Amino acid sequence: MKSKRRLRNNHLWRRTKSALASIVAFVCALLVIAPLALVLFHLLRSGASAVNWSFFTELPKPVGVAGGGMANAIAGSFELLGLAAVVGVPVGVFGGVYLAEYGTVRGNWLLRFVADVLNGVPSIIWGVVVYGLVVLCFKGFSAYAGGLALGFIMIPLIMRTTEEVLLLVPAGYREASLALGISRWKTIVHIVMKTALKGIVTAVLLALARVAGETAPLLFTAFGNRFWNHNLSEPIAALPLQIFSYAISPYDDWHRQAWAGALVLVVMIFLINLVVRFLTRERIAKVL
Amino acid sequence: MESAATIDPPMISPVSPPPQRGTSHVQTSEVASERPAFEVERLSIFYGDKKAIDDVSVGIPSKKITAIIGPSGCGKSSFLRSLNRMHELVPNTRIEGKVLFAGEDIYAPHVDPVVIRRRIGMVFQKSNPFPTMSIAENVLVGLKLNGVRDRAFLRERLEQSLRMAALWDEVKDDLHKPGVSLSGGQQQRLCIARAIAVEPEVLLMDEPASALDPIATAKIEELIHELSANYTVVIVTHNMQQAGRCSDYTAFLYLGRLIEFGSTTKIFSNPTERKTEDYITGRFG
Amino acid sequence: MPIVATPEPSVVRSTIDRMAPPSGVGDKVFKWLTLVMALAVVALVFLVGWQLARGSSPVIQRFGFHFLATSTWDPVAEQFGALPFIYGTAVSSLIALVIAVPLSIATAVYLTELAPLWIRQPIISLIEMLAAIPSVILGLWGIFVMIPWLRAYAFPVLKHLFSWTPLFSGPIYGVSMLAGGIIIAVMILPIITSVSREILRSVPNLQREAAYALGATRWEVTRIAVLSYAKKGLFGAVILGLGRALGETMAVTMVIGNTPQIRASLFAPGYTLASVIANEFTEATTDVYLQALFEIGLVLFGITILANLLAQLLLKMMGSTMTTRAVQ
Repeated sequence: MKSKRRLRNNHLWRRTKSALASIVAFVCALLVIAPLALVLFHLLRSGASAVNWSFFTELPKPVGVAGGGMANAIAGSFELLGLAAVVGVPVGVFGGVYLAEYGTVRGNWLLRFVADVLNGVPSIIWGVVVYGLVVLCFKGFSAYAGGLALGFIMIPLIMRTTEEVLLLVPAGYREASLALGISRWKTIVHIVMKTALKGIVTAVLLALARVAGETAPLLFTAFGNRFWNHNLSEPIAALPLQIFSYAISPYDDWHRQAWAGALVLVVMIFLINLVVRFLTRERIAKVL
Repeated sequence: MESAATIDPPMISPVSPPPQRGTSHVQTSEVASERPAFEVERLSIFYGDKKAIDDVSVGIPSKKITAIIGPSGCGKSSFLRSLNRMHELVPNTRIEGKVLFAGEDIYAPHVDPVVIRRRIGMVFQKSNPFPTMSIAENVLVGLKLNGVRDRAFLRERLEQSLRMAALWDEVKDDLHKPGVSLSGGQQQRLCIARAIAVEPEVLLMDEPASALDPIATAKIEELIHELSANYTVVIVTHNMQQAGRCSDYTAFLYLGRLIEFGSTTKIFSNPTERKTEDYITGRFG
Repeated sequence: MPIVATPEPSVVRSTIDRMAPPSGVGDKVFKWLTLVMALAVVALVFLVGWQLARGSSPVIQRFGFHFLATSTWDPVAEQFGALPFIYGTAVSSLIALVIAVPLSIATAVYLTELAPLWIRQPIISLIEMLAAIPSVILGLWGIFVMIPWLRAYAFPVLKHLFSWTPLFSGPIYGVSMLAGGIIIAVMILPIITSVSREILRSVPNLQREAAYALGATRWEVTRIAVLSYAKKGLFGAVILGLGRALGETMAVTMVIGNTPQIRASLFAPGYTLASVIANEFTEATTDVYLQALFEIGLVLFGITILANLLAQLLLKMMGSTMTTRAVQ
């Protein structure tokens, strides 16, 4: 009889342990999400009040003068993203095509490995590299240099995601196309890539969202600019750069604007992610 | 059971040499005058070290329906695909022997598989209309991507191909709709129209109706009959009754070897080989 | 059935004639083009190594290994010792791992094994949102929210409780090694969580079912069947997080204090390899200064490559192909 009770108690204890484990793990999950809530809360609290029309349209004012905006930084960010896309998209997408459609098993494994390792290189190193490559050569900071650094970051990202997306296209479509006497490259471009187009677009968008927030690689390539700049071989402002220099400055007004800039940047990035989510949700529904 | 049967030669036309012992070498005896669409000579297909097709020789008659039957794994699909070099999509394959199409070996070094596939079309088991394209675009894709620009010609081919695939009346008002919006049977007919549009001389069909319901299957079988007026049709099927219904000639493959080839009526009513008879009557399969 | 249209021989001829004869050129060019693009990744690795080596070679030749062992960083006096930064990177990353790894793996376990199904996707989405927040914004929050709070509440409490150890002694400024470690922890939580999740999901269900069949509770199934099977992969996830921590730049720079010193106290300001590059690169007035910073970049590149190599190998051994998506 005693042993039965011990058995029952033991069982109870094990069940309790299991429930406790669930609770502890749940608390951990909450702790992981907590910073998100805190950051968003403060972004809204400190940034929303400072985001107004002039923020989007005016240039930064001189030190000590209140007001002004980050119009040039926002525009500059878009320009840098455009340049980055020019570098990153062709190389990344067509590299991904190679990994998905051609190559040997061993060779491709190696290429994927290299791409994955490249994804782990700190972004500031790309800044240093492009500094040595471009800025020293042409004796000046430029939007080109900044765009190149961001583009380098995008290449392995887009390459791997494009490859994954292309591999999802069923083999039957390739077969049917080749059976019609359509050449291999036309099959890949007009049938396979066209079928995977949505996935390729989301790959590019995700990479853009990732580099839109990058500051370190721009510190000594694009460098930043307090004025409008339409010459891509000159330094250019960028939203993350502006946020950084305002945040570490001693002026309260600039701190306020840093929050505003941060809010705008986060909204931009979340919007891109929402678009991606929307595009991919449709795909899942169709498959189901 | 019994030892391996010796190959009794069927009625041999005066032109053909006597079958050799030890090979699965059979003559297309009943087809008298016209040159066969394919003359397969001692074909063997290897995937790596594995031999999928072993020393097969056969003549596929022109403008007739030839069915290839046999238990699963016997190499039917491999054999079919070797007729338009589609098996080359699998890495590490090689063949021995020859496949003569209109007198020329399609495996000769100077022959471009792309050209071969324009003349020898293929329809697959699972219908696969291209998802990003409309019905019209699907039908014409083989022409457009191969450089045909003439709009009037394309329109004409579109209607002709859909008519020949018995699909025109059902879709003529919906040509802009996506190809995947059709039912299963309609999609398969769309794939047939797509294959026909490039005007091949041969249609290879790999179990074209196995994924379809009986009504759609019946429509496909009817269609195959009509198509044979203009094309040589070679159809692989695991459904013996279908082979019996549809085809003029039947080839029975077993474990990569051609056991017997002959007119469908003969194969199904009075086969020469014991193995053929066993398979037909369902003793194994 | 209506009579099927019969194509006339003349049509047959004209269809084939209308098609462009295929040349193998298109195929060859396209394959070559895509190969060149794919090889870009290899070229990029060499590019980085070459640029860093080239930019730092004079200093390497001049100072040799002393560079890594000296703890004085005084550009004016042309004294370049990288030890404070190596120390700072190592300590801040370690702190980050100590905080982040238990939380992340517990969360991953919760999401794959323990949580009710309806709650999983919302939490996953929230973690993805956290991952999307740029480092500079987290640093902004760090300066104006986290540091004041740490300085006012958390640090005094820690000091009160633990002043007997050198780790938690000394003056409190707010900006500190500990703050740097905490903020890096926040940055690496998402990646360790999502990679760990993929690892745990890849554990075959057979393992779990066998344990359930023996009468194990949910937690026991997790501990016995899942976690021990996934050990290697989870370790890989941790190393991946470490690689991320080593290279973290902006958020750290904004909260660590940027003082090149080696102190036992975690309340003291520190400096990391990435931070010194970020802060001083554009201030480098002399060639030697710049080259020294290039060499710091080389060291940083070296250790992150090593960490990532190790992580990728561990993950590939567990057969996970989800690593890149996790990086995003």
